Amino acid sequence: MTRYTSATPEDRQEMLEAIGVGSVDELFEQIPEPLRLGRPLALPDGMSEAEVYERLAALAERNADAEAQVCFVGAGMYDHYVPAIVDAITSRSEFLTPYTPYQPEISQGGLQVMFEFQTAMSELTGLPVSNAGLYEGPSALASAGYLAIGATKRKRFVISRGVHPHSRETLRTYSVGYGAEVVEIGLEGGVTDVAALAEAVDGETAAVFLQSPNFLGSVEDVEALGAAAKEHGALLVVACDPMTLGILKSPGECGADIALGEGQPLGNRLDFGGPSFGFFCATEEQIRRMPGRIAGETEDVDGRRGFVLALQTREQHIRREKATNNICTAQALNALGAMVHLAWLGRSGFRELGELLVQRTAYARERLAALDGVELLHEAPVAREFAVRLDAPVEKVLDRVAERGIAAGYPLGRDYPEFEDGLLVAITERRTKAQIDELAEALGAAVAAERAGGDERTAEAEIAEGVA
Amino acid sequence: MALTETPMQAEKAQTIFEKSKSGRRAAALSATEVPEKPLAELIPENLLRAESPQLPEIAEPEIVRHYNRLSRRNFDLDTGFYPLGSCTMKHNPRLNERVAALPGHARLHPAQDPKRAQGALDLMWLLQESLSEICGLPHVSLQPSAGSHGELAGLLLTRAYHADRNEVRTKVLAPDTSHGTNPASVTMAGYEVVKVATNERGGVEMDDLRAKLAENADEVACLMLTNPNTLGVFDENIAEIASLIHEAGGTLYYDGANLNAVMGHSRPGDMGFDIVHVNLHKSFSQPHGGGGPGAGPIAVSDRIEPYLPKPQVVRREGSNGHGPSFDLDFERPKSIGRLRGFQGNFGVFVRSYAYILSLGGDGLAEASETAVLNANYLKARLAEGRAGERLPIAFDRHCMHEFVLSGKPMKRDLGLATLDLAKRLLDFGFHPPTVYFPLLVDEALMIEPTETEAKETLDAFADAVEGILAEAEDNPEIAKSAPYTTPVRRLDEVRATRRPVVRQQLG
Amino acid sequence: MATGSSEGTYPDDLRYHEEHDWARIEGDQATLGITWYAQDSLGEVVFFDPPEVGATIQKDSSYAEVESVKAVSDVIAPLSGEVVEVNDALEDAPEKVNEDPYGEGWLVKVRLTSPEEAETLLGVAEYRKMLDR
Repeated sequence: MTRYTSATPEDRQEMLEAIGVGSVDELFEQIPEPLRLGRPLALPDGMSEAEVYERLAALAERNADAEAQVCFVGAGMYDHYVPAIVDAITSRSEFLTPYTPYQPEISQGGLQVMFEFQTAMSELTGLPVSNAGLYEGPSALASAGYLAIGATKRKRFVISRGVHPHSRETLRTYSVGYGAEVVEIGLEGGVTDVAALAEAVDGETAAVFLQSPNFLGSVEDVEALGAAAKEHGALLVVACDPMTLGILKSPGECGADIALGEGQPLGNRLDFGGPSFGFFCATEEQIRRMPGRIAGETEDVDGRRGFVLALQTREQHIRREKATNNICTAQALNALGAMVHLAWLGRSGFRELGELLVQRTAYARERLAALDGVELLHEAPVAREFAVRLDAPVEKVLDRVAERGIAAGYPLGRDYPEFEDGLLVAITERRTKAQIDELAEALGAAVAAERAGGDERTAEAEIAEGVA
Repeated sequence: MALTETPMQAEKAQTIFEKSKSGRRAAALSATEVPEKPLAELIPENLLRAESPQLPEIAEPEIVRHYNRLSRRNFDLDTGFYPLGSCTMKHNPRLNERVAALPGHARLHPAQDPKRAQGALDLMWLLQESLSEICGLPHVSLQPSAGSHGELAGLLLTRAYHADRNEVRTKVLAPDTSHGTNPASVTMAGYEVVKVATNERGGVEMDDLRAKLAENADEVACLMLTNPNTLGVFDENIAEIASLIHEAGGTLYYDGANLNAVMGHSRPGDMGFDIVHVNLHKSFSQPHGGGGPGAGPIAVSDRIEPYLPKPQVVRREGSNGHGPSFDLDFERPKSIGRLRGFQGNFGVFVRSYAYILSLGGDGLAEASETAVLNANYLKARLAEGRAGERLPIAFDRHCMHEFVLSGKPMKRDLGLATLDLAKRLLDFGFHPPTVYFPLLVDEALMIEPTETEAKETLDAFADAVEGILAEAEDNPEIAKSAPYTTPVRRLDEVRATRRPVVRQQLG
Repeated sequence: MATGSSEGTYPDDLRYHEEHDWARIEGDQATLGITWYAQDSLGEVVFFDPPEVGATIQKDSSYAEVESVKAVSDVIAPLSGEVVEVNDALEDAPEKVNEDPYGEGWLVKVRLTSPEEAETLLGVAEYRKMLDR
């Protein structure tokens, strides 16, 4: 079905005459005959707009989203409330539909947003240089590895097991290309084993990677852990959750050379995992090794203040095989969402939100730990997420709680065989006290039912087995 | 040229931080509700922040006004023609935004148990199947976040493929005219770039290809190509190129930047490519967002499939009267692993799948036809009059979806650089074409009109170019100092890079 | 871009390399930089990425990079030696490479390891002739 085109049969005739050919087919004759498809694509014919809507709505119906279920799942992406003005501003044509700002005279809006975003991320992380955004969190961490190799001329990474499993896996994938070795340091009491870390870092280490709060929710003592990196001249790379940076000491204050992370909690919806953005901040020393776009302030020929893409010689379109990275996106629209959300929260709101998360998380942690068959997986301090152990099969408990319309958390066994009985529970400002109480009640009942033998199978489990 | 300042030019740029005033706020947060404890009891004092980050303090109406005003300082596709070569600035259907925003998509947590995310996995499966058919390759991974990410994936797949056969190969061939991402990806993947010369048609220089293959026997891992190439011309030697690379034991990688020319007409898989990335933000209508987001799924041949990133979406046939079910497969022992978090840019998948459903197989083929028709028509219009004389086509024959002009005679005869023409076009309300790429054409202008532009728009653009050239015959200085009407005029990029100011200094 | 040799200045007391580099030889030491032609071709220099003091540089090989807004250029060593000093002033004022390529815009000083290599360099007349071709 022809869609989104304007050419009428008369237009086509006039255009073909101007070109000097009899038919469009003639234009395709430059493709050698054996390589022409010569049949229609085996795809359904085009549909009306209403039909497409219904088809997509029917697919969406088959997902248990955070409106259908109360969502206590985090693990790197969180069900925060995205203020209405974020949608209003990011859906404006002027932000939604331009290309990358290669012509700065007609891209001042987007460039200034990048500059504001960089300023905000610098403030949050306590580091002076921010780029305009990367694809997302885990690949941003892998990009920090590439920077560290360039900066130190070393090829060994030491990474805490508390770093998000997706980030660790992504770093491993990329490191095959970098020719780098990845050494993992275990956890002790929910936090990175400081002695093991100190032992592992040596004069060949390019970077030490930490995450705080770590994947188990623990706030790490980054300063203490980072000492080993400083001692051996390795870069200290800290992944962080931006929503906690109103209350936690910033990575910059803790001595990080690079602070980065998944930006989704700021103004971006869950979207089943993307698109979102990764943020990436560093010390002045690394400015010419930064990946991605950076906006800079300047003036026009008449002396007006303006913004341009700065330091472009780092980038692939100029430095080619010697580029600091191959990336050529800034996730500009997602970063705009973050900037609007941060402006909306403002200086006091951002801190209040951080405190709200800490208080409700402490309450939820206490409530769940008091349940029979539930105990804390660790007692380290937490900010917005915590881990418990269940004395019952976690997946079965989750199925039972799901029947009450609650997604109780993330089963740690997916990534940590040593925590097969672990459940990671996340709190956002959307999770009310009433919902937390309901979770406690439902989780307690589900654990009890499973401990009692778990004979009564859940309706969901039956369906799941039926289709398996 | 009278230099009266426009109202927007007179408006001094002010950041949101500069509009901040202590005591103002926008956010309304709910009460804590739970019994509160002193913060230091919950988190040790030494891990807490002494001072809140200096975010702006500003009320909601002023935030809205600030960003609306900023938006007016952007040019965008919904406002005007955007003929950026190799960028495929086609219309972004709003239907796609609507379906992507449905809570079942937008508020679905990526770690949701697959059995409670069947609609999302089904959609991903359907998109994979569609891209597989369009590319002519049997397997698809949706994970890469952009074209450059797809390139890195493709090279790591190549590495895994050779490693599995106990082969160590260190070189990747790429045309000297390739997009910069190609060589940058090659280095990140641990390979060395070997440049292959380009012939006068913008295609691969076959003798040089043979020579490079002979010089680097058993070392060539891959050849990366774009077809149609950077001159907008289909490389008719592609079948021979493919067999040369395959005989040498390498893989053939297709940069899908120019796929919009051939959808439903010719398939990379049938041309002999092993790995293809597809830019969903080009051919499949995901809005560019001022520089992201996009997505760069890859389609691969059977021999590459075992190494695809994990997880992969799999479809399982139903039994006992149940329909098929979908799952995420992590048990892929030969996989290169993850390239990012979770399952990819799902929101982009929703939009692109909606686009494919809207057009259908027939509509996609027609879209490519109209894209090729529009490009050839605009090329014909620009071959007339002054443009034909000052801006000759770099390679004179039918093009596919884009074409390249050379501003060399314009510079020689009128003293006008391609950049000047580009800047003057801004005053006429057009986004300029891609300039100074490809490098093998002097003063290049690369023009891609896409299928969604009306004939009247193409005519108006051709008229504007003609007008600028006529104006320059009288007074070339006008274009040399353009633009005049934009929110700011030419900017000092030297200063921004010599002494970079990349953030605002806050009090 | 380049406007040819006519506008350029090329001091008589320097030795030149085909890749548009110059050397001022004083005993076993030499000061190195890029020629007027090179800085003109590159456009306004925004950054100089120097080698470290103590680094060994090899004749005809790249020892540093100079950048303009939209280009990066390797700087080729006209002579072999050990870097004894780099022009730190360029960190804050890279424009000196454009404004005064043979004076304040010098790049590095080296202790020559093969002083006889100087014989292979061009004199000013030869270099000018090369530019005119």
